[in-house]
Amino acid sequence: MGYPAEYRYTKEHEWVDLDGTRAKVGITDHAQSELGDVVFVELPAVGTTVNQGDTLGTVESVKAVSDVFAPIGGKVVEVNSELESSPETINTDPHGAGWLVMIEVSDPSQVDSLLDSAAYERIIAEE
Amino acid sequence: MRYIPNTDADREQMLSAIGRFSMEELFSDIPQLVKDRFQPLGISSKSELEVRTKLASLTQKNAAASALSFLGGGIYDHYIPSVVQHITSRSEFYTAYTPYQPEISQGTLTTMFEFQTLICELTGMEVANSSMYDGATALAEAAMMAARVTGNRKIAVSLALFAHYRRVLDTYCWASGIEIVDIPTVDYRCDFSHVPSDIGGVIVQSPNAFGVIEDLADVKEAIGNALMIVAVNPVSLSILTPPGEFGADIVTSEGQPFGLPPSFGGPLLGLFATRKAYLRQMPGRLVGQTVDADGKVGYTMAAQTREQHIRRQKATSNICTNAQLCALTATVYLASLGGDGLRDLAMLNLEKAHYMAQQLSDLPGCSLLCDAPFFNEFVLRVPVDPKRIRDGLRVEEILVDDPAQMEALGVTEALRFAVTEKRSKEELDRTVDLVGRML
Amino acid sequence: MRTIFDYRKRNGTGGILPELDVPAKKTTDLIPQDLIRQDKPRIPNLSEPEVVRHYTALSKLNYGVDDGLYPLGSCTMKYNPKVNEDVAHLPGFASIHPAVDPELAQGSLSVVHKMSRLLCGITGMADVTLQPAAGAHGEITGMFLLKRYFEARGETQRTRILLPDSAHGTNPASAATAGFSVTEIRSGADGLVDLNALSGELDETVAGVMLTVPNTLGIFEENIMKITAMVHATGGLCYFDGANLNAFLGHARPGDMGADVFHFNLHKTMSAPHGGGGPGSGPVAVSEALVPFLPVPRVRLDRGRYYLDWEKGQSIGSMHSFYGNFGVFLKAYTYILTLGDEGLYEAGENAVLNANYLQERLKKTYRLPYDRLCKHEFVLTGKGIADGISTLDIAKRLIDYGFHPPTIYFPLIVHEALMIEPTETESRETLDRFAEALEKIASEAQENPDLLHNAPHTAPVRRLDQTRAARNPILTYPFGD
Repeated sequence: MGYPAEYRYTKEHEWVDLDGTRAKVGITDHAQSELGDVVFVELPAVGTTVNQGDTLGTVESVKAVSDVFAPIGGKVVEVNSELESSPETINTDPHGAGWLVMIEVSDPSQVDSLLDSAAYERIIAEE
Repeated sequence: MRYIPNTDADREQMLSAIGRFSMEELFSDIPQLVKDRFQPLGISSKSELEVRTKLASLTQKNAAASALSFLGGGIYDHYIPSVVQHITSRSEFYTAYTPYQPEISQGTLTTMFEFQTLICELTGMEVANSSMYDGATALAEAAMMAARVTGNRKIAVSLALFAHYRRVLDTYCWASGIEIVDIPTVDYRCDFSHVPSDIGGVIVQSPNAFGVIEDLADVKEAIGNALMIVAVNPVSLSILTPPGEFGADIVTSEGQPFGLPPSFGGPLLGLFATRKAYLRQMPGRLVGQTVDADGKVGYTMAAQTREQHIRRQKATSNICTNAQLCALTATVYLASLGGDGLRDLAMLNLEKAHYMAQQLSDLPGCSLLCDAPFFNEFVLRVPVDPKRIRDGLRVEEILVDDPAQMEALGVTEALRFAVTEKRSKEELDRTVDLVGRML
Repeated sequence: MRTIFDYRKRNGTGGILPELDVPAKKTTDLIPQDLIRQDKPRIPNLSEPEVVRHYTALSKLNYGVDDGLYPLGSCTMKYNPKVNEDVAHLPGFASIHPAVDPELAQGSLSVVHKMSRLLCGITGMADVTLQPAAGAHGEITGMFLLKRYFEARGETQRTRILLPDSAHGTNPASAATAGFSVTEIRSGADGLVDLNALSGELDETVAGVMLTVPNTLGIFEENIMKITAMVHATGGLCYFDGANLNAFLGHARPGDMGADVFHFNLHKTMSAPHGGGGPGSGPVAVSEALVPFLPVPRVRLDRGRYYLDWEKGQSIGSMHSFYGNFGVFLKAYTYILTLGDEGLYEAGENAVLNANYLQERLKKTYRLPYDRLCKHEFVLTGKGIADGISTLDIAKRLIDYGFHPPTIYFPLIVHEALMIEPTETESRETLDRFAEALEKIASEAQENPDLLHNAPHTAPVRRLDQTRAARNPILTYPFGD
């Protein structure tokens, strides 16, 4: 699976799709394949304010738990409630329907501190 | 040594296979200083016959073994059907480890699943773990879970709790930074009217330390968002309204009455049940149903991501096993009695306890502590020093609780009696008669 | 698998309990109507033969130590002697209520007292509590002791626990429950604690270091005296996880290495059975400085009489309803009396010999990341056996050969770990057969990998769908009505 060039990435394997002041956040294809079959997702309540780097929630597989960190700060305005009943969407479509939260971004320039797809792919190749 | 199969010849060959010359060499990595300091115990090995004789002779010094018991306070003298020990003595069960390899642990796993179901049926809750160390630590884990769920580290605790529950609760709450506020009693039942509003949980025991069945109907409403934690007597649940129906969030119990001998207080069996909504916050092992590669129904450990081997310092508890053999004991016990037998058991306890309570309270100067409903345990007020009665009964090889237990709860000149199905009418009458003569 | 809830419904068979022999009353005369349960719990009524056959059938789906080799690393699955079971079942022990007058339980109290003295002797430490009901319960007791000790000294800034990256998951979980934060110390290339990394973390915020000796790779910490001295020099305490005591039983004592707290797993080292996951017994031994903080009640001896000392003083309080898992430590007591000093020595010696013998043979087929003298266990990796073959596949295939698999995927510092602990109660023939099986599996992995992927083939069930169990947890019987 490719890593969309318009997204930005973190070393902790989150992606951000920034559109104006709204950012969609998810975990990368690499992250989901390392975790294996996702069985449960814990997401923040809508309205929660997070700083860049704060814990957003957790993604669990049968035998592992991974914290998800906010790649960008702001207010959570929407969560992907579909994941409650079908967490496996994260495995099948991590960069699309498997998104986790939508954040109303406080400072869009924070995105500049993140990796582009090429840099991210180099990092996962080294792992 | 008879538990080691290898002979000297085997050992010689094995040493040479690994290129070592002596057994001492195998310990060359232990610092010499440590080896020099070593001191043996100064005891020599013994034959099976000698050990058995020595230990059997120690039981002669347990005078309580042959006595008639009215002791209770969480541990009760119930009859254990013969089936129970025959099944739990099958070594496929007791010599197995935690079922990490489900394909060759379906025996253990299926009984754990049965156990979880039985505990839910009895407590009226949605999910039960496969057991914990004992009733006291189960209650402490409940307090920590309530603090975790609500984010509030203050717990209100009934003053009518068994002393051993409170002792362990105090220790865990101190260590994990949970503040305890007391819930006072009025007429030996909890008074929830002054429970503070900023709390994470409320702990109430029913029947309580006075034997009194608490009125749980309005608790949930009185405590707001705090979790309602109820510690129960499991035998009572087949006739009393289960805490789940009163809106309890967590139910804990000492499971010893389900087929375990008192065994000087251990091993015991902690029961822990809660609502499904709190599944990911609950402590303890869980077993779930699934299918194998051929679609055949089987069982495996479930929701393991809560546990220490995966979540390490973020685990919901540091516990990594259950009290499986004790849980199996309870499962076989419940299966042997069946639902109807369990009800008969509870009725026998209820009726006999009330019969004895009536007889005792008819004695001159004696009365029940209060007229609140009770199950199989009650407190009798006596017009003389209760220690005299306790000691007098002891001479007749009859055991009742130390009156100090009641004094610690603020009740003097009183004795607590627990009456189970094992006590015959003749034994009850004789005991009442003896108490009468001591007044 | 059939459960008791799958049997046909029938009326109660009764007969276990007698008829009521006191005048019967109406239930509502005894307890108010609103406290009486309306719906019956759904517990079936089975006949005795049905119950016996049901559980006998279930027992046959299990694998225990009595069935064969059970080489789970760090679990010490040694043979569970039968005499221990018989002693624990003696009515003169089993029937004693914990709240009985101590005068009437002198036999049981003497077991508690004598067992504590024996465990002090085995550890070379000052005192012991038998209250903890399991190893993890011992750990948390130890962490509470550290917390109280530093509170008493006014050193509440000591909030950190250091532990090696090879530590078992209970260590950090126990430290966290006591409110400590956890810092991991990396292991060196030799698998031992990296002394530089350790000294870099040691300061006045460290309450203690949790060590497993020998460590979870089965390697003895050769620098143990240096490590404990370094920790003590900065005012911290040393916690020893005693899961691996079998490695030096009868040869060395943690007290002589500088341990301040040591927890036993009597169900491992001292042959009490694991019971399919408990009950265990996890006594904690402490150095002199920690004695005042031990849990109450303490069992003491005064002029030939044993009594319970409830004086709380500086104690952390109580950790268990009563005195710990009496029935379990009674088994361990029986075992220690049976073995005596020479038996304990032989147990340790043979446990280490068996492990080294297996290690030497198996390292020719499986990679041994830390190749050196081991103690009672060693860790191989399933990596590199064949492409697409995981350690899980190897473990499941072992079941087909009639063996319980070793511990897998632990310790975390070895990828695809296979952690093997044979114990002293296995014969050379058994070890040879086990090694042969693992060697055959290695060639099967090359020649017929599906044989491994689809294993086990001979077990009561095939591989279970863990994902399904986790996504949609079914934790109680689906009555469907």
